[in-house]
Amino acid sequence: MDQIDRNLLNLIQADFPLVKEPYRELGRLLGLEEVVVIARLERLCKSGALRRLGGVFDYRKLGYSGTLCAVHVEPERVKDAAAYINSFPGVTHNYLREHHYNMWFTVLAENGEKLDEILGLIRENTGVREIMELPAERVFKIKVNFNLE
Amino acid sequence: MSMLSEQDKQIVRAVQKGLSLVGRPFQAMAEQLELSEEELLARIKDMCADGRIRRFGAVVRHRELGFVANAMVVWDVPDEQVAMQGQIMAGFPEVSHCYQRPRQPGWSYNLFTMIHGRSREYCAAVADRISQSTGLTDYRLLFSTAELKKSSMRYFE
Repeated sequence: MDQIDRNLLNLIQADFPLVKEPYRELGRLLGLEEVVVIARLERLCKSGALRRLGGVFDYRKLGYSGTLCAVHVEPERVKDAAAYINSFPGVTHNYLREHHYNMWFTVLAENGEKLDEILGLIRENTGVREIMELPAERVFKIKVNFNLE
Repeated sequence: MSMLSEQDKQIVRAVQKGLSLVGRPFQAMAEQLELSEEELLARIKDMCADGRIRRFGAVVRHRELGFVANAMVVWDVPDEQVAMQGQIMAGFPEVSHCYQRPRQPGWSYNLFTMIHGRSREYCAAVADRISQSTGLTDYRLLFSTAELKKSSMRYFE
């Protein structure tokens, strides 16, 4: 990844042009040919640095419910528990962290009832007795731009 | 909150799939939705303006970009200070996310900040600076040791 890639990623994290020919417009802004922009984006996708180009939605404004969950899972059960928990499409993030509560995941569902249903299934099928639910009560910041300068 | 029309939902489904890397990526999408490109772009801009789309653009994998350390820093903040301290923490460019969350039995931490950095030491130093500028000393860093899943939500599917 070179400085041009970094400039490109910085730009499209924040200001993706909503025009008919966005890659041509990005080329214009960066002094590159459209084909070069597309080739670089293809490469960044292949390398894994770029996950997706598109809309990031506010789940609340789409009517969805969500929460962060923390659970304690015995080390020998982590793999199985993670496989089950991650099998729900609404579980979008799951991390192991250094704490008694060692598994932290987020769940989104169409409504509160469906959310409770998923958490109930996780309790039943993973042997995790207690799920600590930590829904966001107030958002001070959601930044998803990583400055690559 | 306004309800989403069936067409709005179709637009969400199309937009979350991601843009293809072709000259006119909105064209095929618009055709499928039986909209003109102009109409589709206008609808996407509307969704950006009303906040249903929080951001339109690249979703990156920060680990692949060198942000390999990721600390969830949790703070026990007196309730009456949460609004002010949350604002201060959000002002740190190193903080990517900052939320108030409920306290739970055995869990007294009510403000959560995510710090991404190139090393643990860096994350710890940022937390220390936040502690100094907020005067809050009751906090913990929970570093991630493994990413078990990271995906984009597929709504209305």
